[in-house]
Amino acid sequence: MIYQGKQKIWSDYQKELPSDGWFYVRSCIRQSFFPGSEKYFLEICRDLLGHDIYESPHHTTCGGIAYHSDTIPQETAMTIVARQFALMTEAGYKNLVTSCITSFGNYTEILETWREYPELEARIRENLWKATRREFEKPEYLAHASDLVHKFRAEIGERAVHRLVDVRTGEPLRIVEHIGCHYSKMFPHKGIGGAEYPCVLSGMVESWGGEVIDYPERRHCCGFGFRQYLVKANRGYSVSNTHKKFESMEPYHPDAIITNCPGCPYFLDRWQYVISEQTGKTYGRGGYGIPVLTYEELAGLVLGYDPWDLGLQLHQVAVEPLLDKMGVDYDPDAKYLGLNKKDILRPGLPTVLKCC
Amino acid sequence: MNYFEELNKDYRFKEGFHTCINCGTCTAVCPAAEFYRYDPRKIVSIVQTRDNDAIEALLKSETIWYCGECMSCVTRCPRKNGPGLVVMALRDLSIRLGFFTESEKGRQIYPLTKALNGNVLNLGYCVHPETFTYRDHPESGPVFEWALAHKKDVYERLGANFGKEGPGALRKIPQEDLDELKAIYDVTGGTERLQLVEHYSKLKAEQMGMTMEEYTEYTFTHCSPGHFNDGQ
Repeated sequence: MIYQGKQKIWSDYQKELPSDGWFYVRSCIRQSFFPGSEKYFLEICRDLLGHDIYESPHHTTCGGIAYHSDTIPQETAMTIVARQFALMTEAGYKNLVTSCITSFGNYTEILETWREYPELEARIRENLWKATRREFEKPEYLAHASDLVHKFRAEIGERAVHRLVDVRTGEPLRIVEHIGCHYSKMFPHKGIGGAEYPCVLSGMVESWGGEVIDYPERRHCCGFGFRQYLVKANRGYSVSNTHKKFESMEPYHPDAIITNCPGCPYFLDRWQYVISEQTGKTYGRGGYGIPVLTYEELAGLVLGYDPWDLGLQLHQVAVEPLLDKMGVDYDPDAKYLGLNKKDILRPGLPTVLKCC
Repeated sequence: MNYFEELNKDYRFKEGFHTCINCGTCTAVCPAAEFYRYDPRKIVSIVQTRDNDAIEALLKSETIWYCGECMSCVTRCPRKNGPGLVVMALRDLSIRLGFFTESEKGRQIYPLTKALNGNVLNLGYCVHPETFTYRDHPESGPVFEWALAHKKDVYERLGANFGKEGPGALRKIPQEDLDELKAIYDVTGGTERLQLVEHYSKLKAEQMGMTMEEYTEYTFTHCSPGHFNDGQ
């Protein structure tokens, strides 16, 4: 197809990705705070839709958080990533998909740096050989897991049990999408839609019947800032940035927020709790917050999976107002049960933020 | 030492530093600049002067530690600079020279290095529920206080392979894989970096009259007045 004008510019920010042959690497944060999301990424894309996605038990962190907290040299981070490439190569795979946005940015930065400085790639190959006796091929395609869900969004939409529509009014749900900074701010042409108009999440929302909200601070960082959250003394930075986003989106009355970075949903969820404790303010209706979901969780709800199987009980902001709007059936008494309905008590309640 | 030449050996600096036109776009979009007394434009501007004394002052300052490395500046710079990348190179040099202990925010490198790399080398991931405590993270809320108190049950319920062999979330990383990570740290300067941070931090703790336990707690939790735009 020959693209012209705006179509040509837009085509530079599209990603042609294969459907199969993906080597999956997990995320430090997503597996810790949203383990259900990683489970359901594989359940949906691999088991339900039948695409070839493989996980090796031998892979590890990419070191991205340690790297962006400035605690390891660049060569250490690069060689850890080179080891992941070696595991991919040894497993017979050519494409790598990351669960984490920091990882996606890290892998992208490394591949781009090697492209520009081949002598550095040669040194990293030497480092990896010295340390592990491993060799690697670079991935032919690199994707974030949200890229694949975006690719499969129509297949998911065809199987939808619930759509992003308020069952009581028939109106589309109003969704805020929040893209992780390292998805496309560093290398805009590596993200679907670039940094200015990323459509990896908005594409999902629209496919599944929702309406995407545009608001002034749509592209502002959630406030993770690595050392700015990880060190207790710095967390004012983190909560202040989240506060700025919520103040900006509040007049648009979003029904939910969808994110593709593992850290962002944690911060956008937990800082709502902290803001409510500090100031008494909540951003949802009736004393609730605005539910913040990962794209896997939203896809899971659309497909009709049980919200407590998806892990929505690990959110501090209650998700029930969203479930009610979507018409999702759920058992309130099962929310905090363990495996085989084991009683493992219940969390305490926040002082201000309304929870179910 | 000529600091500019030293910075110029860093690939992030090579990528992130070109001629700056001082337009201030980076500062306008910077999440750190809104809250901290921070101006990435000034940082790039100082580096651009190649003034060795001014760069040394920067390496010892609070300023270079305010950035959150979100890289929003990279997208916006009309000259394809990356102030965030310049900051990463400055931080790296500050650590290598031991200058990081001269500032309160720089000293935070010690607890960060210990915690993150302890997790990487012992558990295979930077962040892990085995070392994430409610005491250090009260913002994680009552829901996570509950989850951490019942983590085996909670993670099992959500399909993780918590602490067990084989693939899956939060699985036990085989010892031979952790050994490979350690070997990578040894070969690439990671281990040396950890030792360097330990060395300079011990000297600083001694100077401040603190044990290492006290120094860790203090650097992790203490925030002096004067960092923020509102005078706090």
